[in-house]
Amino acid sequence: MRLLIVAGPPSAGKTAVVRQLLRQFAGRYRIAYLKIDVVQAFEDEELEAEFGIPTKKVYSGDLCPDHTGIMVLADALAWAGEEKADLLIVESAGLCLRCTPYTTQSLGIVVLPAVSGTNAPLKMAPMIAFADVAVVTKTDLVSQAEKEVFREAIRRVTPGIDLIETNAIEGTGLRYLFRAVEACPEVADPGAIVLRGTPPLGVCTICAGKKEIGWRHHFGVVRTLEAADELYRGD
Amino acid sequence: MEPIRIETITILPGTAKDGRPEPFDELVIRAGDTISIVGPTGSGKSALINDIEVFARQDTVTGRTVLVNGEAPPELICRDPANKPIAMIAQTSKCLADLRVRQFLAMHCAARGLDAGRTVDETIALANEFTGEAVGEEMRMTGLSGGQTRALMIADALLVSNTPIILLDEIENAGIFKNRVMARLREFDRAVLFVTHDPFVALLSDRRIVMRNGAVVDVLEPGDAEADALGAVAAMDGLLHEIRERLRAGELLTGGL
Repeated sequence: MRLLIVAGPPSAGKTAVVRQLLRQFAGRYRIAYLKIDVVQAFEDEELEAEFGIPTKKVYSGDLCPDHTGIMVLADALAWAGEEKADLLIVESAGLCLRCTPYTTQSLGIVVLPAVSGTNAPLKMAPMIAFADVAVVTKTDLVSQAEKEVFREAIRRVTPGIDLIETNAIEGTGLRYLFRAVEACPEVADPGAIVLRGTPPLGVCTICAGKKEIGWRHHFGVVRTLEAADELYRGD
Repeated sequence: MEPIRIETITILPGTAKDGRPEPFDELVIRAGDTISIVGPTGSGKSALINDIEVFARQDTVTGRTVLVNGEAPPELICRDPANKPIAMIAQTSKCLADLRVRQFLAMHCAARGLDAGRTVDETIALANEFTGEAVGEEMRMTGLSGGQTRALMIADALLVSNTPIILLDEIENAGIFKNRVMARLREFDRAVLFVTHDPFVALLSDRRIVMRNGAVVDVLEPGDAEADALGAVAAMDGLLHEIRERLRAGELLTGGL
């Protein structure tokens, strides 16, 4: 079985990219799909109705959605195995930009909308740095100049990434993504899969439910405004 | 690595929406060609230029193949942004960056590894040849009119992207001087394809690709045969331009035209 992990900010076009993958591979692979989201998601029902594939969804609720994904991933692989799938596509919630949901033995795909501003790749660096492939969507909506500057910003985060530009609704230019999926090795040892990146530092008291503002009310990881420049040191 | 010099782009036929093969052998595009693509909405005009933009290899909905210099293009020019020989300006293309014109062009120059100084000035000057509403270097991109934006994007494609092939998807409603754009595109020896519903743009082009039901059904090369029509449409276009300016100036056109 091959494992694809699709991440990207909200409304990036992750599901549109997944749809193109399903269109391309539905006849050749048996595909299972898992959607991780926070409070509501409909993609699983839509894709099941449209392609007749086994789908599932998980709501993370108060837990970080990317952590939820990792928490349930071993079960998801077992489920996809029972479904006799040879491709499992996991789509992230797209809300957390500090984590990186990609694991070893998978193809990590980050979906980035070209309309999100030329500095956006730098802001989402952790989500891009560990991906194998960056799919830039909505390229038909922005000027040539911004498209080119956006690409350069992605390359500044990670020079070697496989960069694919598309209008995902039409599916233009996705042949290189299909090629990357075909070239992705199968999961060899599910028990040995680990996260590629280091998750953010432990838990602060805000995570644990304390609502007061200001560091004086908290303990554990605390920072003042002046010292708040390096709360996260991702890769 | 030595950039690949593009002599020709060749389009090999695919299939119409009904699955029938397209009725042409091959379509060859050369530097300096101005080609318009006409046909009703949904006839496959944008799909045709998309095929060119991605160098289709029977892997798009149309099943067409696009060759460069008679061969399948090397991956380098399909994928490496610095080597991609195509600039596309779509009807929906917008400048989202809230930057001043000078900053915007300088940012693009930096992404292309160009010296911003002269290129920025030249690009703004060229944009001002294309539009009657002056584009200033201190203006904000997001505050430009449709005409100013399109004029600047075309100038940017010519001087900053500097690509041999330019694809323009229905840019006509933008209030730019179409004949000046066309003349400059020829002068710069670029191959240009216009998807268009505008009679003036269609008549100004050297060749006209006619689309129906997803297929190229005809390629017209009118030569001088349409000279009379072109003259008449140019006069109408000029008249409409004049009326537009008068309306914008707040005039009442009570005395007829």
